Amino acid sequence: MSFISYLIKGISLGSVYSIIALGYTMVYGIAKMLNFAHGDVIMIGGYVIFTMMSTMGINPLIAVLASIIFCTILGMTIERIAYKPLRKASSLAVLITAIGVSYLLQNIALLIFGADTKSFTSVVTLPALKLAGGRLTISSETLITIPACIMIMIALTIFIKKSKTGRGMLAVSEDKDAAVLMGVNVNKTIAITFAIGSALAAVASALMFSAYPSLTSTSGSMPGIKAFVAAVFGGIGSIPGAMIGGILLGVIEILGRAYISSQLADAIVFIILIIVLIVKPTGILGKKLKEKV
Amino acid sequence: MNKTGLNSMNKFNKSTINNIITIALIIVVYVICQILISTGVMSNLLQGLLVPICYYSILAVSLNLTVGILGELSLGHAGFMCIGAFTGAFFSKCTATILPNVFLRFTLAIIIGALSAALLGALIGVAVLRLRGDYLAIVTLAFGEIIKNVINVLYIGLDSKGFHFSMKDTVSLNLLDDGQVILKGAQGISGTPQNTSFTIAVLLLIITYLLISNLIHSRSGRAIMAIRDNRIAAESVGIDITKFKLLAFSISAAMAGVAGVLYSHNISSLTATPKNFGYNQSIMILVFVVLGGMGNIRGSIIAAAVLTLLPEYLRFMQDYRMLIYAIVLIVMMIFNWNPTCVTWRKNHPIKGIFSLLSNKTKKEA
Amino acid sequence: MAMLSVNNLGISFGGLRAVDSFNITIEKGELYGLIGPNGAGKTTAFNLLTGVYKPDTGRVLLDDVNITGLSTIEINKAGVARTFQNIRLFRNMSVLDNVKIGLHNNYKYSTTSGILRLPTFFKTERQMNESAFDILKVFGLDKEANFLSANLPYGKQRKLEIARALATNPKLLLLDEPAAGMNPAETDELMETITLIRNKYNVTILLIEHDMKLVAGICEKIFVLNFGQQLANGLPSDVLNNPEVIKAYLGE
Repeated sequence: MSFISYLIKGISLGSVYSIIALGYTMVYGIAKMLNFAHGDVIMIGGYVIFTMMSTMGINPLIAVLASIIFCTILGMTIERIAYKPLRKASSLAVLITAIGVSYLLQNIALLIFGADTKSFTSVVTLPALKLAGGRLTISSETLITIPACIMIMIALTIFIKKSKTGRGMLAVSEDKDAAVLMGVNVNKTIAITFAIGSALAAVASALMFSAYPSLTSTSGSMPGIKAFVAAVFGGIGSIPGAMIGGILLGVIEILGRAYISSQLADAIVFIILIIVLIVKPTGILGKKLKEKV
Repeated sequence: MNKTGLNSMNKFNKSTINNIITIALIIVVYVICQILISTGVMSNLLQGLLVPICYYSILAVSLNLTVGILGELSLGHAGFMCIGAFTGAFFSKCTATILPNVFLRFTLAIIIGALSAALLGALIGVAVLRLRGDYLAIVTLAFGEIIKNVINVLYIGLDSKGFHFSMKDTVSLNLLDDGQVILKGAQGISGTPQNTSFTIAVLLLIITYLLISNLIHSRSGRAIMAIRDNRIAAESVGIDITKFKLLAFSISAAMAGVAGVLYSHNISSLTATPKNFGYNQSIMILVFVVLGGMGNIRGSIIAAAVLTLLPEYLRFMQDYRMLIYAIVLIVMMIFNWNPTCVTWRKNHPIKGIFSLLSNKTKKEA
Repeated sequence: MAMLSVNNLGISFGGLRAVDSFNITIEKGELYGLIGPNGAGKTTAFNLLTGVYKPDTGRVLLDDVNITGLSTIEINKAGVARTFQNIRLFRNMSVLDNVKIGLHNNYKYSTTSGILRLPTFFKTERQMNESAFDILKVFGLDKEANFLSANLPYGKQRKLEIARALATNPKLLLLDEPAAGMNPAETDELMETITLIRNKYNVTILLIEHDMKLVAGICEKIFVLNFGQQLANGLPSDVLNNPEVIKAYLGE
């Protein structure tokens, strides 16, 4: 029974990774950059919800909505100020800037909220589900997280396939120059991509901190990095890939923590990244990028 | 030889002249420090920073080889330093009684630290250097975390029967009575002989500088820079991309390992924490490189020295230090790469604080 | 025996047959032109010959040695050098260093002797400098040897690319639109330079060009590619008057 319980916990954590990985994979596919600060947007989202709920006593649902709006604006602002001026710069320069932004967000949070760990109050107020005569307990966070992840995935796929903006995104990710010729506004498309990614980060933060309630200024970076690993695992640029990669990673992490070593769980995740990159660098569902000569 | 030919010889000598200037600069600073120490003017605080300045400089110079010259981003430089620190300290502690000659033992520790870091660098390099640059950044970061995690659960003991390993605790090492625990999991290695001195640190800095500067201004260095500037063109003229990427990456890792050995022989108790070998440490080294100028070796040393000293004297700024670093990274990148800024700079020729003091190896002409 | 003998070379991208049954034979010392409308597959053909793309079908023999499917690096070492349509210089390095990178495999010393500054380092570097200057002089770039290559005017950047390719000491030189973006005076000068290097360095040349004056002026044979397939092949006078070729260029 404990195995099933771990498995469910893993799928739940993996669903959070999937949602975060979506932000990475979309930005990577469309803006061709690794947005290192993505994980820190999650942390900021966490602080927004925490402040509203614990300090101001606002209803969790409103707090989550406010956090989504705040993160969306934050993501777009970051893109506008830090990344847009570097659209034509080398990927090294963009990457260093992204690290700078990540660091900036962490240290702003540190200055505002201090170094002490905040205890996040769960936004989910439902009771836990008890199965098999109480031997298997599924937390209410898990009950929300998994369906939320599936819904997001479906909604996003429909948005990209059906809407004009979504198809514009596909066009930009395929060939930026050609997309311009076809009348796609590349700057706007990239801005929208960041907006969606950051909104998803806010959703992920509500779910993640509800299940893992300790919140500090660096709480976002490790989940962020793992979600990137998930995105690479599933195949960067692919939406179903992010989902598969995220869930696999969550399950591996929880099972590794339970059955191998709790201290080595992170190391196991990273070793998997390295193995994936050696064996199949394009990930499970990724396709090969060809450089123009 | 004609006039232009002579020009080329001048340019060629320029790297030698630059080497002499940099080394002279280091030696002058070293002599001044020694005088200040012997006359008792230098505070204990500052004396304690002398060796750190040297190993931070070595770290910055070696990371510059990867970032500025090879054009790849490594976020695991602190991880390579960690490897060097632990293997070096491990060796010194094991051989403390067998090898009483400090010079020989410490030299061997340096070599072992450098080689282990280089070996791991090469392994990672083989795995990811053929992929897009962003992957290298994330894999080196991952590697740094793996190293830290593994060291924190690793127990190694030594007795008359040889080495004992465990990933649980000291008891499960099953050591004999004469045995001693060398690596104690999260408690790391304690009681490493403190063989580092300011003089040794400065010597190692000079060696690192010469090694990397000479490499850059040689046939191999040109090949490395060619890969940075245009991989496809470099392939088209027959440059072996993998070989030179690996070369640069391993040398960079090796020198980070040397810095680690210096570090571990400068403190009494060595542990692997996020503070000394974590991601933040790697970022700080990256800040030195970016601020000193990517591809600018002398700049890296100056930036490392200034940024190690500054926080000690600007204590009131302590809280804002990391915030300022972050802003510096972003502003420097936009200033250097944004087309509008580039045009503005061309029209308003000003020189950065550090570029005034240093030569541009990246943009020679 | 032919220097380059290409047999039935082809590649598909998805459903598109970008180059199909490409056959060309180039004799030693010839100057061959490869022309065709935009999108005809000319650059793709170059990419196949230089190993940037691996062909699906066919084979390439260079002096009777099979170089099909080798890597770009190996093909260059076998004696094929190229320039690029979109200039690919080492932009942060000097003009001289760009050529010295071309000399990389012709003048060797170990990394260790470079780091330790052993005598072979100084000796080889001196030889490399002399050799690089010889090449730069041919292209009239010796005065700019210490300039940053990115700061050269456009026409000179194109020349530097040819100089760099030539420095690898190739048997066969592939030039991808060497006159693109040049004014008529620069093109004339380029034509002279190409003729000169062919004689001086004894190199066989295959060039892609849209400037018909250049093609008709210096090429001894012309190959016309259209939709990935051969349209015509032969002497300039025949090819350029071929009604099929005229139709392909002007449309129907």
